[in-house]
Amino acid sequence: MTALLARDLRLALRSGGGAATALLFYLAVVVAMPFAVGPNAELLATIGGATLWIGALLAGLLGLERLFQTDHEDGSLDQMMLSPVPLPAQVFVKSLAHWLVTGLPLTVMVPVFGLFLGMQETAIAASIATLLVGTPAISFIGAVGAAVTVSLPRGGLLLSVLVLPLCIPVLIFGVGAIRAAVTEPDPFLPPFLLVTAISLFFSVLGPFASAYALRQGLD
Amino acid sequence: MTTDAANKPSGLTALANPTRFLALVRIVLPYLVVSTVLLLSIGLWMGFSVPDDYQQGRTVRIMFVHVPSVWMAMGAYMVMVSGALGVLVWRHPLADVAARSAAPIGAAFTFLGLATGSIWGRPMWGTWWVWDARLTSFLVLLIIYLGLIALWNAVEEPAKSARMAAVVVLVGALNIPIIRFSVEWFTTLHQGPSVMRAGGPSLAPHFLYPLLVMGLAFLLLFFTLHLMAMRNEILRRQIRTAQRKAARGHRNPVARETSK
Repeated sequence: MTALLARDLRLALRSGGGAATALLFYLAVVVAMPFAVGPNAELLATIGGATLWIGALLAGLLGLERLFQTDHEDGSLDQMMLSPVPLPAQVFVKSLAHWLVTGLPLTVMVPVFGLFLGMQETAIAASIATLLVGTPAISFIGAVGAAVTVSLPRGGLLLSVLVLPLCIPVLIFGVGAIRAAVTEPDPFLPPFLLVTAISLFFSVLGPFASAYALRQGLD
Repeated sequence: MTTDAANKPSGLTALANPTRFLALVRIVLPYLVVSTVLLLSIGLWMGFSVPDDYQQGRTVRIMFVHVPSVWMAMGAYMVMVSGALGVLVWRHPLADVAARSAAPIGAAFTFLGLATGSIWGRPMWGTWWVWDARLTSFLVLLIIYLGLIALWNAVEEPAKSARMAAVVVLVGALNIPIIRFSVEWFTTLHQGPSVMRAGGPSLAPHFLYPLLVMGLAFLLLFFTLHLMAMRNEILRRQIRTAQRKAARGHRNPVARETSK
């Protein structure tokens, strides 16, 4: 299990592994936003949390296609199925590795990007907190999509179409929590806890559904 | 399982045989078509002859198409969920056919619900579209439908696409309440439930009865379309199998040995 985690992390961090690309992509989305809405600092600060979340969602989807694809191509996925370790556990570890190389670095970069967007300190702190608990949900929901589309020749686009609508609650509560943190009367905690709940829910459901789809797709 | 049960399949198991299912469709379909047309015309006539609403005027009649469409949009997803369960749990051969052919119909009803709602919203709310909870969740439902149709089409082999789509249908089904709940966070412009609610419907009877008739008519319409789509899907699969057999027959015996 730890070996699998270490292996996936090593593969992702190696050049061309996708972790750096995801971060660059995130930067590109955040940079593109001011050009799209204009350099109005006030407006940018208002939509800052939304920009960070959209960027994280898209960057998370970007790497998902490769989650099982490379393992499928070189046959290590078959080895994983034959191993005595239950497949859902391995899928869990792989999703976790995906999160560690996409969701976590993105969260760490939020202070920098938040300053770019002229966000308040509380908003930046809230963004870090929500992204930290929310991005795992993207990885775990995405794993189901990746498992379903792994045997398709060009599943990448289909994967995004399938996964994006399922990620909408995370987005709503995530951005809602950030907005609640800035505007005084709204409580920050309820949407924040709901994001956490969704992440935990899909960390259980996701691996089992993905493992089932993987077994069905490759026989 | 006793041998008696194995020899004489009953109920749903009997329908596992496509030929038997097609025979049943042939008997049931004419009745369904006639009753659908009849009920639809009665419902439409009733709907058009209601007096204008004191607040909404003539536009209240959009309700008689809008509300049943939305019911059926959700009903079709329920059919897909039961189909998906049928695929994963009982491996019923017709379950995937049922789920698969319900998807385009459900997408169409969802679109109809959104479109009529938009037309209704223009004079009532003064806008074609608002990012309101119900509207948004239905838009998401439409995207889920379209994504599922794309998934079904992307996988060539029916048996495989069935199980793949079933996983996504069920994950989607678990997610729909969450989506529903999450979009409730927006302040809502859409009115609350007025037919299916605790304490009886709040709708005036002269609006309620045409609505119920239309609801029933749409239910029959859905069953009619669904049965026809299922029949088409079965026939399509039979044609594909026949074509493959024919194509295999033309090759030499050595190729037949090596090919799967």
